[in-house]
Amino acid sequence: MPKDTGIGAAPKRREDVRFLTGTGQYSDDISLVNQASAVFARSNVANGVIKSIDTTAAAAMPGVLAIFTGEDFVEVGGNPAGWLINSRDGEPMKEPKRPVLAHGKVRHVGDAYAAVIAETVEQAKDAVEAIEADIEELPAVINMKDALAGSNYVHDEIETNQCFDWGWIEDNRAATDEAIKNAHHVTTLDLVNNRLVPNAMEPRCSMANYNAAMDEYTLYTTSQNPHLTRLLISAFVLGIPENKLTVIAPDVGGGFGSKIYHYGEEALVLAAAKKLKRPVKWTSDRTEAFLTDAHGRDHVTTIELAMDKEGNFLAFRTETMANVGAYLSNFSTATPTFLHGTLMAGNYTVPLVYVNVKAVFTNTAPVDAYRGAGRPEATYSIERVIDKAAREIGMDPIELRRKNFVKPDQYPFGSAAGLEYDSGNYDALMDKMEDVADLAGFDARRAASEAKGLLRGRGVNAYIEACGIAPSNLVGILGSRVGLYDASTVRVNATGNISVMVGAHSHGQGHETAFPQIVAELLGVDAASVDIVHGDTSKIPFGMGTYGSRSLAVCGSAIVRATEKIIVKAKKIAAHMLETTDSEVEFNDGVFSAVGTNKTVSFGDVALKAYIPHDFPIDAIEPGLEETAFYDPANFTYPSGAYCCEVEVDPETGKVTVERMTAVDDFGNIVNPMIVTGQVHGGLGQGIGQALLENTVYDETGQLLNASYMDYTMPRADDLPFYAVDHSQGTACTHNPLGVKGCGEAGAIGSPPTVVNAVIDALQSGGNNVTHIDMPVSPLNVWTAIQNA
Amino acid sequence: MTKVTMTVNGKAVSGTVEGRTLLTSFLREDLHLTGTHVGCDTSQCGACVVHVNGKAVKSCTMFAIEADGAEVSTIEGQANEDGSLNAIQAAFQEHHGLQCGFCTPGMVMTAASLLKENPKPTVNEVRNHLEGNLCRCTGYHNIIKAIMAASGQDVSAIAAE
Repeated sequence: MPKDTGIGAAPKRREDVRFLTGTGQYSDDISLVNQASAVFARSNVANGVIKSIDTTAAAAMPGVLAIFTGEDFVEVGGNPAGWLINSRDGEPMKEPKRPVLAHGKVRHVGDAYAAVIAETVEQAKDAVEAIEADIEELPAVINMKDALAGSNYVHDEIETNQCFDWGWIEDNRAATDEAIKNAHHVTTLDLVNNRLVPNAMEPRCSMANYNAAMDEYTLYTTSQNPHLTRLLISAFVLGIPENKLTVIAPDVGGGFGSKIYHYGEEALVLAAAKKLKRPVKWTSDRTEAFLTDAHGRDHVTTIELAMDKEGNFLAFRTETMANVGAYLSNFSTATPTFLHGTLMAGNYTVPLVYVNVKAVFTNTAPVDAYRGAGRPEATYSIERVIDKAAREIGMDPIELRRKNFVKPDQYPFGSAAGLEYDSGNYDALMDKMEDVADLAGFDARRAASEAKGLLRGRGVNAYIEACGIAPSNLVGILGSRVGLYDASTVRVNATGNISVMVGAHSHGQGHETAFPQIVAELLGVDAASVDIVHGDTSKIPFGMGTYGSRSLAVCGSAIVRATEKIIVKAKKIAAHMLETTDSEVEFNDGVFSAVGTNKTVSFGDVALKAYIPHDFPIDAIEPGLEETAFYDPANFTYPSGAYCCEVEVDPETGKVTVERMTAVDDFGNIVNPMIVTGQVHGGLGQGIGQALLENTVYDETGQLLNASYMDYTMPRADDLPFYAVDHSQGTACTHNPLGVKGCGEAGAIGSPPTVVNAVIDALQSGGNNVTHIDMPVSPLNVWTAIQNA
Repeated sequence: MTKVTMTVNGKAVSGTVEGRTLLTSFLREDLHLTGTHVGCDTSQCGACVVHVNGKAVKSCTMFAIEADGAEVSTIEGQANEDGSLNAIQAAFQEHHGLQCGFCTPGMVMTAASLLKENPKPTVNEVRNHLEGNLCRCTGYHNIIKAIMAASGQDVSAIAAE
């Protein structure tokens, strides 16, 4: 096997050349002959009754081809939630219809109630301005507590703003309450997990084409999962047969969760293309993206940690309100429940966990999975309350964590939140972190900061997450309406090169480089002879796409399984060529040999023979060399890590500077360490952004106050440090063939509590009695905390 | 409608535009140079950076008619004459300075402008110069490293990509 291109190598990314030369093909870069443009009319109020929509003047504007309103879609289906959650009393969640275009009421600023199709985007924009919509504004439901208490409903027909009231693990509720009541020490923390906008740099874009003669549709769209998008459109929304709809997600400029979901704009352009028999394109502008992309986080939580007098954890109890916005986005009900509650035991042997989550409708944009999806919320709650507890009982925060860690000899470990962790070594991660972060040198660095009049703090964290989403039989029991396997077809071409069709989608993760490394390793060929095909439902098998750090663990495993089938078939062909039996053929480093002889045939010879089977025993060997595998994981994977952050705080201004950020992660085996490190960097950037800079602010009338980059504080190059990243302490996943765990979300999960813990440590070191500051830990929030201490 | 003529990547081009047509639209829609991206509407993200008469400009904030008669260069014109990546592009690939690639054209164009003005910048100068270029994927670590490497400086002290 060429070691420079197989598993563990770090070849440079092959996709880079097109991106660096401006020849990538993002959705908006693709234009079709005779294409028209769609522009949406969006509500500028958060809650209102649509009294009338007069499109007469708009229809007469230059270039206008068609205008759609909600009335045009009353007969078609709604965009569904993918996960059914039952409340503690057994009642199913409330699931109001999410239409293609608002009908009857608008429910958040940005909710689309009409769309204009015109020859040019400028003409369509002008015509949208000419639509006369009489929308009677109603008081908005914004604050979650008020939403639960009041009788002003986002959806009148369900007569509540509570989507569900979920308990996990409900059977442990009484025992958890009892443990907390009787504990030697209980630490309580109220916190907010701030609402974020994912902000992939490429805004969403959808373009549809319709072939009337064939009754076939093609949708080019910014999606992380083209097959899932097609399924939603076909089975739930428009009813277009799947075999008549091709969904193509070409180069996609980042997703971070926001491009998992099906959005109404996709259905609109499909309907418009059919009506006009012309291609129709819509491209979001940035403010539209802020107003309508699914947001992330937005939890209001109280967490309690009960301990005995030695500091052993006895129970975690959590009460959370989770904002789902005005409509249920596709995974919005899974995110605050099974991606959050099941992680509430953290890395710890705590015997009891109880989580209560109330999901709340508000007149805001939908909220769904954003990088980490539920797991950052769980980690933040756990790791902040542990830090507070350590301070209260006077124990070193690292020692308190170590005392309660699951130990290496305890795997498989059944956590108190219902998961079975298969592997890990949290002490080894912490050891490595202490070394990489140079904790021994901290006191000297603190003294140097203090000499400059600055406070220096150190925060640590230990996290675990559940990735490799997910075992279909398990998630089916938990309410998922889909399976969560993935798929790959490996096609060995006659000339020996290889095309690998995959269900996963690459929008920054480097699959085109990393996936061939797997095939190269297994087949003993150069990775340069292997190409990945993704993103086009007409070319790829039915896979569930890319999110939840699942692509390598699930789709990568499907590639392994399909390649193993290739080897089995190739051995049959080789046996025929070597005039022996299958069981007498060995395959090593790309060469087939007959045991006990010096006869060999190369992989390329076998490939050619597969397609020129002049002398095949056709009853025993089919021509061709192409295999498909679907892989459904046996368990989640459990990446874990130990992080450390050092900050400087200026007590005069409240400004926080991240001086050092260390991430030591267990991702299991590593296929491409360069890409893995890059993924951690990106997660850290977003996690530090959440901790220090980012917030999504609606006023009481439901106006989004920071719906542009002028107002929403995106992390910039001068806000962030260099990072120290280590993944040398991996423990292989025990249940997938690659032993991999997933790395995409880790940085965004592990870093927010680490940063906040460091800020609190810095303030405490300056004699300020500050035990918590909600994110973003902005200069104003820090300064205010100091003044109030 | 107004006729505009300019030189783009060394080639004379012309077209007819509305007064409100942005340079970025002219490049993308009329010239089909889609490497210049639009990531925001407020001149903040920098995905649309091109050079106009040698200076880095956000093409989403300049009218096409303002570039009448100008020398414009875009990401499509950056590679070496033989088609190989230029020093900045090669450094971005070498140091994994891009992931989804959407911000990358603007990053490369901004970096080129920086290194022309300041051939050996410090890390802080690079970070400050990228104030107007947003990346959501990389956390900037490898972008900074790539630009430092492209300037010919030793980046071995910066943690591995």
